[in-house]
Amino acid sequence: MISTIASFINAAIIQGIPLLYGATGEIITEKSGNLNLGIPGIMYIGGISGIVGGYIYEYYTPEPVAALCILIPLLSSLLASALMALIYSFLTITLRANQNVTGLALTTFGVGVGNFLGGSLQSFFGKSGSISLLTTGNYFKTALPFADDLGDFGKVFFSYGFLAYLAVIIAIAAGFILNKTRVGLNLRAVGESPATADAAGINVTRYKYVATCVGGAVAGLGGLYFVMDYIAGAWTNDGFGDRGWLAIAIVIFALWKPNLAIPCSFIFGGLYIICTYIPGLSSAAKELIKMLPYLVTIVVLIVISARKRRENQPPAHLGLPYFREER
Amino acid sequence: MGSAAIELKGITKRFGSVVANNNVNLSVSHGEILSLLGENGSGKTTLMNMISGIYHPDEGQIFINGREAVITSPRDAYDYKIGMIHQHFKLVDVFSAAENIVLGLNDNRKFNVNEVSQRVAQISEKYGFDIDPRKKIYQMSVSEKQTVEIIKVLYRGADILILDEPTAVLTPQETQKLFAVIRRMRDDGKAIIIITHKLHEVLSVSDRVSVLRRGEYVGTLETAKTNETELTEMMVGKKISLNIARSEPKNTADRLVVNNIRCLSREGVTLLDNVSFTARSGEILGIAGIAGSGQRELLEAIAGLQHIDSGEIIYNNPKTGAADNLRDKTPLQIRDLGVRLSFVPEDRLGMGLVGNMDIVDNMMLRSYRRGKGVFLERREPRELADRIIDQLKVVTPGTSTPVRRLSGGNVQKVLVGREIAAAPTVLMAAYPVRGLDINSSYTIYNLLTEQKESGVAVIFVGEDLDVLIELCDRIMVIGGGKITGIVDARRTTKEEIGLLMTKTDGGQINE
Repeated sequence: MISTIASFINAAIIQGIPLLYGATGEIITEKSGNLNLGIPGIMYIGGISGIVGGYIYEYYTPEPVAALCILIPLLSSLLASALMALIYSFLTITLRANQNVTGLALTTFGVGVGNFLGGSLQSFFGKSGSISLLTTGNYFKTALPFADDLGDFGKVFFSYGFLAYLAVIIAIAAGFILNKTRVGLNLRAVGESPATADAAGINVTRYKYVATCVGGAVAGLGGLYFVMDYIAGAWTNDGFGDRGWLAIAIVIFALWKPNLAIPCSFIFGGLYIICTYIPGLSSAAKELIKMLPYLVTIVVLIVISARKRRENQPPAHLGLPYFREER
Repeated sequence: MGSAAIELKGITKRFGSVVANNNVNLSVSHGEILSLLGENGSGKTTLMNMISGIYHPDEGQIFINGREAVITSPRDAYDYKIGMIHQHFKLVDVFSAAENIVLGLNDNRKFNVNEVSQRVAQISEKYGFDIDPRKKIYQMSVSEKQTVEIIKVLYRGADILILDEPTAVLTPQETQKLFAVIRRMRDDGKAIIIITHKLHEVLSVSDRVSVLRRGEYVGTLETAKTNETELTEMMVGKKISLNIARSEPKNTADRLVVNNIRCLSREGVTLLDNVSFTARSGEILGIAGIAGSGQRELLEAIAGLQHIDSGEIIYNNPKTGAADNLRDKTPLQIRDLGVRLSFVPEDRLGMGLVGNMDIVDNMMLRSYRRGKGVFLERREPRELADRIIDQLKVVTPGTSTPVRRLSGGNVQKVLVGREIAAAPTVLMAAYPVRGLDINSSYTIYNLLTEQKESGVAVIFVGEDLDVLIELCDRIMVIGGGKITGIVDARRTTKEEIGLLMTKTDGGQINE
């Protein structure tokens, strides 16, 4: 029994890590007042660009080095995701395009690019079959060596690749920066009331750009974790599924607080797979149980709207463009 | 005495073809309070926005402590130790007072709330503020928020403070407290500019007073050597003859009798306080007042768009002779009775028209219920659109041009034309000539006069006193949600109306 619970928690955390990256990235973005619905697409891009980077490196190097195996996919993932976020920023901040439309377009675009590259990468290099980057995947999956010696305890706490710990560290760091530093204060002011921030001498445009691009890069790591660690260096079209949308739901569930996003992501991760731990479910019942995260999000939305506690509301200027007005 | 803390020379600012400030000169010394007096739209706020870096002057120079200064952003203004306290507070609601105060500062200090709180406490003690630095803005009263704004600029070391209508939202007690603080700041050597349109405040707090009128600089007086009458004259100017054709009212009858209506906002602020008046058919009733004194709320209350807390609005129906209380009716029922609101709020398209729809579709906003079954009836609205374009000389490529692409004057003609076409019995027009050129304005005046002659009770909310005096038959002055007087337009003077407009008990104005 204990070991079933341990393996459930283990699985929940593994499922939760991509969500945590996505949620942290989206929280950083939304704190600047940008509602980036392109996050699901950005996470796809984060995954596929890591695959492409790793693939090219493995293809041209007979004996890949561990450090580069990790560094190259990591950097290509970060860059590509940040680039996607930069497109979003340029459209919504500089050109003041509608944020929802821009975000949805980016998601469609990201999923399409991901599936295109994932489906045709092998044939570009004159091979057939599906992508498999076992070497790279194994480096990403490497857990702390003593995890196996600690039984269930080790399984719950130490059995993950480095990206899993990085996700938690980034979330805690984001929470610290947002709440305890001047940069965080300024960023929150930009999302709450850009006019006030502007009058206080804060460069609103710069804050929005930087927050959105950093947020995109962080979210992209979620895609990278998924392809490199969770499925060990492989790609299946649409394999990432609707995790990007779940990440956006977690932002609401966690009340725009990165620290709270950590447990929330693990809870959502658990809800995502709990159906496989309940024996004797029909496939219809499984699908129903998979709806739980979304139902919970709706309930949370209702509760925070009804309670009207100002600290728990979304940034006041979320989704709206800002320009210093001339009459 | 030395050079002035801040001196403006020949400042001019244009927005498109509108001249907001023309050749304005102004100076304030350290240890002095200057009032900047003027009606709405006289360019006070624009002028101050140029000092605080929000706008940039087209012509003229700004000198700070005798040296020429170039202020291109709010940050530059801070560097010159200029602090502006805006009328609409620039505060982040979910932040604490301390967080708002240090927002955007980059003084290489460690960000530490305790340290900030201590410095805030020092400033508070020095000038007599009373504030809890940890309190969130959304939990604060208006007066507390204002205090935070003032501390914010003092914290940044401001030497020159500009307060934009600081008393507009305060109670009389809070106003007294604020003035005490302002005097203490003056005694500490700060240069202070207060923007206001309340004469009694000018007289009670300032050392000198500068007057602006329609963007022009009128002059500067020592407060001790002037009085209300002289200042009012400077503010409203000499009477200008406009030659608007006005006919004598005929066959007047009481159409709309408003009895003691009182409206509260959602926050419980009094918007309209015991308002009573009568609008007669065959007459134009003008409403004058400082912007935001309750004009909009009054019209909306009559149209059924504003909740009325007490009082009644009796409508004497000319067809049936019945007296209905509009308070119990829905906006649709009120409209069907023939009470029409042609409301032109601050933004041109405002509540009356949909910018992306063409003229015909905008006509249909009033007639869409009349179609047969589920289909729209387009023929009548199209004829109406053609008629309006023809009669009011609307300049448009055709009836299918989106209204948004028409010029301001043409938009207003379309709006007024549609409301008039419904053969109203009461026609309310708020600022119908705002932003219009002279010719279009006269077209609208003539339209209103025609309506009056055909027996409609016209209510006209205007800004320009000269127009009100020449166009209307009676003028009602509203101040702070109260009626401060109803005068005969043929016998009144601009000074009389000006005095009524500024006659408030203080602190009753809501914006």
